[in-house]
Amino acid sequence: MKQVFTAAAVALVLSISALGTVQAGPAEDLTAYQDYFKTTFKDVPFEDFKDGAYALDAGLKEQWQSMEEFPPYEPDIDAGKTMWETPFKDGKTYADCMGDIKAIRTKYPFYDAEKDTIVTAEGALDACKKAGDGEGFVDKDGKPFLNKGKIAQLMAYIAMENRGSKIAVSTPEGKAVDWYEKGKTFYYAKRGQLNMSCADCHTSNAGKMIRADLLSPSLGHVTHWPTYRSADGEITTLHNRFMGCNTMVRANKFKPQSDEYKALEYFLTYTSNGLEWNGPGSRK
Amino acid sequence: MREFFRILVMSTTVSVLALGVGVTSAYAADGAKKADAAKADAKPAEEKKEVTGKDLAFDRALGNCLACHMIAGGELPGNIGPPLIAMAARFPDKAKLKAQIYDARVANPNTIMIPFGPMGILNDEQLDKVVDFISTL
Ligand code: HEC
Ligand code: HEC
Repeated sequence: MKQVFTAAAVALVLSISALGTVQAGPAEDLTAYQDYFKTTFKDVPFEDFKDGAYALDAGLKEQWQSMEEFPPYEPDIDAGKTMWETPFKDGKTYADCMGDIKAIRTKYPFYDAEKDTIVTAEGALDACKKAGDGEGFVDKDGKPFLNKGKIAQLMAYIAMENRGSKIAVSTPEGKAVDWYEKGKTFYYAKRGQLNMSCADCHTSNAGKMIRADLLSPSLGHVTHWPTYRSADGEITTLHNRFMGCNTMVRANKFKPQSDEYKALEYFLTYTSNGLEWNGPGSRK
Repeated sequence: MREFFRILVMSTTVSVLALGVGVTSAYAADGAKKADAAKADAKPAEEKKEVTGKDLAFDRALGNCLACHMIAGGELPGNIGPPLIAMAARFPDKAKLKAQIYDARVANPNTIMIPFGPMGILNDEQLDKVVDFISTL
């Protein structure tokens, strides 16, 4: 009961700030958001939130760690490395536009003031490939293919090279706040035929069972992508998971790298500041 | 304006879905779904029998009450909502029970429980059957 109450209180604080009646900005949100999870899960050390639902259940964590001894995403890392090293048609490589591979993960997502948009790592890789190859990540019909497949493999390699670095999104200011607010609104809004918000499952009821699944806290949702899910049998991106969770409540899903999902990623990454990047991940 | 359009689109989708007989998506739980599917496959062809309140409550595409409630006889229940036990004692008035299942938002505007009536997931007849079943718990 107390938990429900605090969740409601957090949501209230956040929605009041959304209305602008209280001068609470992203920095105040971040503290309230992280405190909520720290208080709800007193026994979970802050740094463990990067492990999702596994941080909450020792038995599940043990099973997961034995799965990680033979990481299911290893072939994807290898495929990604080859992509990283193979020159584009114009002779350039990903390193030419992305810079030092070891510094990529902490750089994204960020607000690009000139274009007034959020730039994600996947978005930047796609643009880089487009510039060098004349075509971004596409399926066999030439349509953008950004939620799994090659882009996820490339990200798997990059994530591996960046393990251990920490999330450090700078506090949204100016027009970046609009993007942040857009993501926040998306997170707290009820949607779909089942009328549920992300927060219903991943804030208010995190730690509870929905049928046979233990609901993960959204603090740490962004840390471990791309992720190999045994249920899917392949490696997929964060936006693919957003699509899945939208479909689950019978809501419209958006395209990977749509403004909606970029804003959501920006909100969720900022509010996970301080956690370690530990992708690629594996989940049952 | 765009927002309004999206809402329109969404509610159209909802009504289309509500009309659909074979509503597909199973919202809760990725894992348990497969176990059920396997079971369904293993079942020999049965005579078509009347759908009971229990069937409606347990069906993943309809009530799926088990996603959130412990119910006697149901496997792998969730624990988001309170266990549905001693219901006749707790809800002596069936109309109140029906109201709760029809639209849980009336009692708790921010509830996670699905508004089964307004969203067109269970029709009136189905709701009555579910209420009768829940009252036996
Ligand atoms: C009906 C409940 C429900 C809703 C609503 C929901 N999710 Fe999920 N989500 C789940 C379940 C179940 C899982 C798998 C178990 C877990 O890790 O939580 C999951 C997993 C995830 C994961 C992966 C977690 C990990 O550790 O890998 C992310 C990210 C996520 N959801 C984000 C969202 C976002 C963003 C929204 C809203 C757009 C949302 N979810 C809405 C039920 C839900
Ligand atoms: C996604 C979660 C969810 C689903 C699915 C769900 N419920 Fe609930 N239910 C809840 C929650 C949470 C409560 C507690 C009150 C509240 O927050 O609205 C509740 C409360 C109730 C109550 C009131 C219990 C009491 O003791 O006051 C009844 C009765 C009930 N649910 C029946 C059902 C039935 C029948 C179904 C399926 C047709 C169902 N619920 C599906 C989450 C759910």
